[in-house]
Amino acid sequence: MINKLIFTLIVFSTIVFSQTQSADEILKKVDANTFSDSQIGTSKMIIHGRRGSRTVEAKSWQKGTDDSFTEYLAPAREKGTKMLKLGDQLWTYTPSTDRTILISGHMLRQPVMGSDLSYEDMMEDPLLQNMYTAEIVGEDTVINRQVWVLDLKSKKDNIAYDSRKIWVDKERNIILKEDLYAKSGKLLKQVLIHEVMKASGRWVAKNITYKDMLKDGDGTEMIIEEVEFDKKIPSYILSKASLRR
Amino acid sequence: MLKFLFKGLIRDRSRSLFPILTVAIGVTLSVFLYSYLNGFMSDMIKSSAHYNTGHVRIMSQAYAQESNQNPNDLALIGIDTLIQNIQKTYPEMIWTPRIKLGGLIDIPDANGETRIQGPVSGMAIDLFSESSPEKRLLNIKEAIVSGELPKNHNEILIADDFAKRLKVAPGDTATLLSSTMYGSMAMTNIIIAGTVRFGIAALDRGAIMADISDIQIALDMDDTAGEILGFFPDDNFYEEKAYQITDSFNKKYKNPEDQFSPIMGALPDEAGLKDYMAIMDVAAYFIVGIFLLAMAIVLWNAGLMGSLRRYGEMGVRLAVGEEKGHIYKTLILESIMIGIIGSFVGTVIGLIPAYLMQIYGLDLSFLFENSTMMISGVLHAQVTPTTMFIGFIPGILATVFGTAIAGIGIYKRETAQLFKELEV
Repeated sequence: MINKLIFTLIVFSTIVFSQTQSADEILKKVDANTFSDSQIGTSKMIIHGRRGSRTVEAKSWQKGTDDSFTEYLAPAREKGTKMLKLGDQLWTYTPSTDRTILISGHMLRQPVMGSDLSYEDMMEDPLLQNMYTAEIVGEDTVINRQVWVLDLKSKKDNIAYDSRKIWVDKERNIILKEDLYAKSGKLLKQVLIHEVMKASGRWVAKNITYKDMLKDGDGTEMIIEEVEFDKKIPSYILSKASLRR
Repeated sequence: MLKFLFKGLIRDRSRSLFPILTVAIGVTLSVFLYSYLNGFMSDMIKSSAHYNTGHVRIMSQAYAQESNQNPNDLALIGIDTLIQNIQKTYPEMIWTPRIKLGGLIDIPDANGETRIQGPVSGMAIDLFSESSPEKRLLNIKEAIVSGELPKNHNEILIADDFAKRLKVAPGDTATLLSSTMYGSMAMTNIIIAGTVRFGIAALDRGAIMADISDIQIALDMDDTAGEILGFFPDDNFYEEKAYQITDSFNKKYKNPEDQFSPIMGALPDEAGLKDYMAIMDVAAYFIVGIFLLAMAIVLWNAGLMGSLRRYGEMGVRLAVGEEKGHIYKTLILESIMIGIIGSFVGTVIGLIPAYLMQIYGLDLSFLFENSTMMISGVLHAQVTPTTMFIGFIPGILATVFGTAIAGIGIYKRETAQLFKELEV
């Protein structure tokens, strides 16, 4: 009887240990697929508000996990607006004011261009391993792909989303669905990937819907039109001087 | 007989002085408290109407549901035509559009980069039209601390305390960051024309005022406003009339199928003052009731003491054949006279501080420093025609009740025992 109990305990601990290992491994692979030295891309954001939809187009340059630069190309009112993220600081520039302004405080919680994404979302460390501990909670199928379901719990206090549930493609190591929760357990945002593409040897989400669950409307659709990885980015682009160029 | 009783009261001060003093003190407090409550309510209604809801307010139905968040993405489109129509239909009101906004004000350094920032709440009003009631309603000219009223486009007024915190002065430039009605970031350069003191802590902490046409351009809100406010021309709120107008407007314009169709609400509902106003209506009676009860108890006690002191007098009057009911009636008549005199004295004394507080106000703004309520930090009383007679109700009733209860003892005196008692 005792032997049986010990055996059961050993088997159970092994399963738990192996699952923790695999959860970390999955997260590592997801981050490896996401992370690149640099990234240049153009995207289209279709914002579905209560009064209709509008499309915003942008080109972005990203270096590592800390620095990025975005220039809005359309519509006419947004054209020429630029955003620069250097570490934990975010600046914006609009040609109409010819001012470079630091976005801080409660403005970081405001939506980017009226979308379902906030500036805070842009400021997040994209590497999940740095921010969360993971646990496998099941398996599922999303857009006809077999996925792991992982619960992520934040390691730090000052994180926008205290916990997440992610659905990770078992083969491609890309997140296909994501639920983002507040500390209270309230669902704040939902991310759904409808289409993926392969670029520079890695899987990238091509068509994504972000839905701020606290807002009315049908969410924001993001379409990645073009993306290139590990391309050299001239240093002037990721500097404050480029905002006024 | 009244003259006889009056002379008795004047000559025997122990019968009149203490009861008159008691009534006068009670009535003084009743009159002052009643005036103070009137003033408080009136200040609250005026502040809410001027800075927040008007006497009536038109919004889109969707905006109305979230109006405390100033959701400009749900604002009313086509306001010029709507205002023209309501000016024809309801000419008894003054109509004015407003936009409320939240955002950030950014002050540049010499290189044009951020020197300091602060969260800001903004009110866009019609500052430039000759016919606009806004300058009068918001008392803007008198509220200016430094600088002047905006004369050109993109000039703003800023709360004086806020300006000091940001270390800016009239003539300085700043950038306003907010959201367009479509959610995009809106950045607009502005010039500070003047600083103002609103007298309302929630606004003095961080508010700006700009002309509505500038904000319509900045927030991409052409021919659009968050709210259209309606005011009665004499600036007094007439509840019944306001509800008549809202009912008539909503019958004509409100479309339950269209969340962006306009809806009108009256001040008590819009400012959440309906319950306050109902409580305040009852509060006057409550104050009168409390003082009535307190004074009646004191005067009952005084009546009992008086009865003991006048025990012999009552005995003789009964012994010489005066009816018990007649004696009781004379005591009640005496009490009415005391009530009238005490109430008159109390009303006169109570009106003095009430008038002073009505004219000069009592500055308690230090208590409201962190308040988010739309209420002035300077409290005022308000003297109305009712104030002149409100004190007479507890004043007279308390003396009559007190005497009526204390006088019951007269009926307990046995006539057969009187001579025996009087021999003692």
